[in-house]
Amino acid sequence: MKYTEEHEWLRVEGDLVVVGITAHASEQLGDVVFVELPETGLEVTKDEEVCVIESVKAASDILAPIDGEIVEVNEPLVDEPGRVNDDPMEGAWFFKIKPSDLSQMDDYMDENAYKEFIG
Amino acid sequence: MGDLKRTPLYDLHVELGAKMVGFAGYDMPVQYPLGVMKEHLHCRGAAGLFDVSHMGQVALRAESYEAVAKAFEALVPQDVIGLGAGRQRYGFFTNEAGGIEDDLMFANRGDHLFVVVNAACKEADIARMIAALSPDVTVEEITDRALVALQGPAAETALARLNPAVVEMAFMDFTEVELDGVACWVSRSGYTGEDGYEISIPETDAVGICRKLLAMEEVEGIGLGARDSLRLEGGLCLYGNDIDSQTSPIEAALTWAIQKVRRADGDRAGGFPGADRIFGDLAEGVARKRVGLSPTGRAPMRAGTPLFAAAEGGEPIGEVTSGGFGPTFEGPVAMGYVGTAQAVVGTEIFGEVRGKRMPVNVAKMPLVPANFKR
Repeated sequence: MKYTEEHEWLRVEGDLVVVGITAHASEQLGDVVFVELPETGLEVTKDEEVCVIESVKAASDILAPIDGEIVEVNEPLVDEPGRVNDDPMEGAWFFKIKPSDLSQMDDYMDENAYKEFIG
Repeated sequence: MGDLKRTPLYDLHVELGAKMVGFAGYDMPVQYPLGVMKEHLHCRGAAGLFDVSHMGQVALRAESYEAVAKAFEALVPQDVIGLGAGRQRYGFFTNEAGGIEDDLMFANRGDHLFVVVNAACKEADIARMIAALSPDVTVEEITDRALVALQGPAAETALARLNPAVVEMAFMDFTEVELDGVACWVSRSGYTGEDGYEISIPETDAVGICRKLLAMEEVEGIGLGARDSLRLEGGLCLYGNDIDSQTSPIEAALTWAIQKVRRADGDRAGGFPGADRIFGDLAEGVARKRVGLSPTGRAPMRAGTPLFAAAEGGEPIGEVTSGGFGPTFEGPVAMGYVGTAQAVVGTEIFGEVRGKRMPVNVAKMPLVPANFKR
């Protein structure tokens, strides 16, 4: 598991990378009430805004953490955005990327570094 | 942030685990561990306790209520003289341009007038009252009392445990009630669209009374986050967002709050700042109006979202002034200003969210029906 400074987590699953937001981020956001997912097949580049989530407080962008193609999205989140609060680290993943350069993962923090980052 | 003021309930908020934020110069609870969504639903389902001590409590005195009421009518377009003893009314200060300087609640306390104003405006409001009314009227800011709101369908049951007399109070009644042996000023009112009470408590007794209420099964502490979504569903204006010094009360759909006796053909017509503009708006109509907005999709439309008549092209016809997610409505809710042509319930217009125009229907306010005890 890797973590970004934007509070996203990345988990390698076969030849894909699964992306979600951390428990810390979901706690800070408060109750999530809206999730807009990207289209599958979308080619994305690192740091590009690919989806939007809104909590009772505000809207936040979810960035593509690495280059690649969006091959799967977690469609049930659209109808049940609250899952982002209930199960941020597992069930409420946002999308799966087929990476074009897996070495981009190396730039990100491991769990200990992230824990330190959020203090 | 070191300059933030604290209400008498600050330590209690911290003890309850509230997340504190700066609001109108005060360090206030934006949410408790329950979270905005559950706090909102709890308030509509049972009862919620809000700290609103940041708001200004002001006593105005002259030789009689009638004298102070007559003077106060020079600042507001409401019927103050005709308000019965032990009754409260919603009102607003207007300016020479007919805009709204602040909205407020005022009560006839028998021998004086009691006014509650918004925290962000209270210094200006007090200065305005002193400038316009003294020396005939004394304007005293009450700084040694907390103000809390107990709101929701179980508010009556909860507060009645401290004094059963509150059951007899009707909507907008205002009276002194002994709660737990302490003389409190209680009105049957609030700003959530629910039945409930606002309670002014001597600061030294505030924590004790709040602890008693919070210990009751029906009652949870509610922060500013849920206060905002509750009042938004209730169609109630937030000063600074939905009404301001540029908005006339007629544009703001607050005509109902200007009693007939103060209107152009009333016995005490005019005599408040901006009467010409306000009477003009009443007679000739206005170009824009505040309306409720119900987005068709799931995306919230926040304050500042531009509104358009069509899905493509054209200039904006207005703007969202408050918007978010309505937990009881179970979807996005908003209010804003649109051209009078579009200000008809059921009209489909479009809000531009992240560059995309999304459909939104002009809706009847309040979006969630009020539940007052009439």
